[in-house]
Amino acid sequence: MARFLISRLAQSVVLLLGVSIVGFMLMHLAPGGPLALYTLNPTVTAQDIERIKVQFGLDQPAYIQYLKWASGMATGNWGYSFFGGQQVREIVLDRVPATLLLMGSALALALVIGVTIGIVSAVRRNSIFDYASAIASMLALSLPTFWFGLLAIFVFAQTLGWLPAGGMVSTGGGGFIDRIEHLVLPVVVLALVLVAQWSRYTRSSMLEILDQDFMRTARSKGIASSRVLLNHGLRAALVPLVTLAGLQLPLLVGGALVAETVFSWPGMGLLFLSALSTRDYPVLMAILMVGAFVVILGNLLADIVVAFVDPRVKLGHD
Amino acid sequence: MIEGTLDIAPIAAPARASAVKRLMRHRLAVAALIVLAVLVIGSAGAPWLAPFDPEELDIANRYAAPFTGAHILGTDDLGRDVLTRLMYAGQISLSVGIAAMLVTVVIGFSIGAFAAYYSGWIGTLLMRLTDIMLCFPSVFLLLFVAAFVTPSLTSMSLMIGLTCWMEIARIVYSQILVLKSADFIAAAQMVGAPSWRIILRQILPNTLSPVLVAATLNTANAILLESYISFLGYGIQPPAASWGNMLTNAQSDFQVDPWLAVFPGIAITLAVSSFNFLGDGLRDALDPKIRDR
Amino acid sequence: MNEPDTASSLLDVRGLEVSFGRAKAVDGISFDVRRGETLGLVGESGCGKSTTALALMRLLRDVRLGGEARLDGVDLLDLDEDSMRARRGADIAMIFQDPGTALHPMIRVGDQIVETLNAHIKLSRDEAHRRAVDLLRQVGIAAPEERFFAYPHEMSGGMCQRAMIAIAMACSPRLLIADEPTTALDVTVQAQILDLLRELTGGLGMGVILITHDLGVVAGMTDRVAVMYAGVIVETAPTTALFANPAHPYTRGLLHSIPKLDGGWDEPVPTIPGSVQGAMELSGCRFVPRCPRASEACKAVPALREIAEEHFVACWNAP
Repeated sequence: MARFLISRLAQSVVLLLGVSIVGFMLMHLAPGGPLALYTLNPTVTAQDIERIKVQFGLDQPAYIQYLKWASGMATGNWGYSFFGGQQVREIVLDRVPATLLLMGSALALALVIGVTIGIVSAVRRNSIFDYASAIASMLALSLPTFWFGLLAIFVFAQTLGWLPAGGMVSTGGGGFIDRIEHLVLPVVVLALVLVAQWSRYTRSSMLEILDQDFMRTARSKGIASSRVLLNHGLRAALVPLVTLAGLQLPLLVGGALVAETVFSWPGMGLLFLSALSTRDYPVLMAILMVGAFVVILGNLLADIVVAFVDPRVKLGHD
Repeated sequence: MIEGTLDIAPIAAPARASAVKRLMRHRLAVAALIVLAVLVIGSAGAPWLAPFDPEELDIANRYAAPFTGAHILGTDDLGRDVLTRLMYAGQISLSVGIAAMLVTVVIGFSIGAFAAYYSGWIGTLLMRLTDIMLCFPSVFLLLFVAAFVTPSLTSMSLMIGLTCWMEIARIVYSQILVLKSADFIAAAQMVGAPSWRIILRQILPNTLSPVLVAATLNTANAILLESYISFLGYGIQPPAASWGNMLTNAQSDFQVDPWLAVFPGIAITLAVSSFNFLGDGLRDALDPKIRDR
Repeated sequence: MNEPDTASSLLDVRGLEVSFGRAKAVDGISFDVRRGETLGLVGESGCGKSTTALALMRLLRDVRLGGEARLDGVDLLDLDEDSMRARRGADIAMIFQDPGTALHPMIRVGDQIVETLNAHIKLSRDEAHRRAVDLLRQVGIAAPEERFFAYPHEMSGGMCQRAMIAIAMACSPRLLIADEPTTALDVTVQAQILDLLRELTGGLGMGVILITHDLGVVAGMTDRVAVMYAGVIVETAPTTALFANPAHPYTRGLLHSIPKLDGGWDEPVPTIPGSVQGAMELSGCRFVPRCPRASEACKAVPALREIAEEHFVACWNAP
């Protein structure tokens, strides 16, 4: 087990390194280079640009810049914002909790609803419920999230006035209820796509499991149906589902960006957009890395959970 | 006769249920094709089919409500006919979707096939690259690149394509690996079939179906991505219209004329869901192992 | 047809029909199993023997059942799901063909036995644990206390099958159905498992339905045999009588197709010409296309008739 953990951890670190290299290359391949904000600005003189270059260490060869930047990222020195000069680490980490709250709540909601729908669909396959939820899922997956969010705001915030139109908390501060009210719409909008995906994943996973021999054996023992379904069926279906959850993380992070846009939710996504408009590279890079880090960490955790649940993996069997 | 139905514990495939399901799926896929045909014809044939000129302003009549008067879907803030704009915007949105899909297929297939064929350090490196790219949320990557590149139809298609090829690469890679060691390939080799013939006759057809399904679903995804990027202002720039950038002012539009924000969204949803249903139907139709999913 | 002695009949099946949609997998079969006897159910793949077993256990889905199957007088086919579930594992149990896939890969073997016990008998945790270990010992698994905590993939095929037998026997069922219990195992292990089955069931006076396509297994293990073809029973007889005087052309074909040790090296192995495809659609006797004895009379479906003591054949032209 320890060997498995160590090898997975090593893989993750290598992946993170690869991600950092690719990310760094992207930054420097972009037209205008890292100083696009300045070089594309006609009022900035060539001398100023030279000065800025030296100041930010951009006159040095690419690989040295990479090493400096990468080692900085690893040790907590994420550089300074091009647009204001504050510590990038502070700016970014400040926004992470909000994004995590949004992602976490949406995922939790989606899991509960989606997995249940999936199980029922699998058990009552080819029923009206099954068809209806399949079609509904497809439609939900086809809705542009940002558009759905706008519609939701229009209906629930502007027309009906039940919920706030955006932000995380009312101006002037608010209590627990206020925060929940602000959380509802973004979470529901983000969760819609997730529910659709999870119900489909669960359904196909359960269908495969229900066909397996050990389910028939479980039935033949005369134990209760619910026990057969959950203890035998879901337990086996969980393994591929957890792996899928890990693979779905990039979509979750991307979806959070969209939701934050529409609801003015003060998270990493919104920060990314404002940094984009000012070409604030250090911030952009840091957010990209944090996003990738979350994905890699999530996949690692998923693999560990699978190793715990499935005894065949722990001992190195296939 | 006694009914003996239990909710868990399946045995032999009941032929009736699977045929019904297949038909149902096929009907949905057929409906999706019809919807797509309507959308494509409406967009491609816009110069001839559209009721108005897309640039024609009718300031006196701005923010006209739909289903009343000459403008079926109403007019926008400058008095331009919404239906006409939707049709012309469809040209862009659908083209970007399809072009991006082609890019993903070309890149994905090349990388996947290359990696599988020359397995060894090249193959591993290519697949590691694929893994790395998969760690980036594609929206982030796309925005990052889109902000620095002058947006146009071609650049959008390329950018979306460059951020979405990974899934196809993986599919192609695993398919070819499996096929390489498959018994029927070995049989073909033993009979003396030349490599190119094996590739053409055996390997290609077997990789084609999952790629086809993935490509269809990629088109759906590409349309969604384009609409989001354009909505944010980093994609197709006005005055050229795409369904996405028609929604850019949606938030403020909601106060004045909510309909302006509704129709482009419906158009996007129709196009995307059609591709999704089509892809799903293709998956069922092309997989011989599906019984009654 | 003489009525079997219902007093000692454990399982009495009359006119069992199993239909999936329009296809009838089992078309009106009747047989009985007595206390303490092992009935062999023989036939080639697809003849409906496994389907019969699953129908008796009521484990089939999307199916229409007809006829009756009385276990000690109670019609299993007529029970509601809860009543049937109470009987599964406790009164009637089943072991399956592939032990490797029949056990849940993520639950410890001992726990899978305890599960069966807890479903039917009220026991404390310790008591259930002890009984499970005891069962493992009875089925011949060495070091049962440790093996209790093993997972199926850590055990060999033979050991897994023993564990399955332990699960099936846990509540001392009256009737055991063994569906090709040794087909997936090595030959040497096969003999061990069969011996184990004989020993365990004999001691308890259990009725056993042994489903197999292997006539060798039938010869060694069964008291009576029922031969199935294309969803119907074509012959039933005490085992020795069946092997000595096979009456139905199909049975004769089966027995003749077993290669003999004392046969010539260059003699071709006899086969039954044709295949079972399309047999279900035939009116009249289903074996006609492959039967060397087919005649005009065979256009009518033959019923089982007694040709010797306890020996029934469904054929106009036998013996």
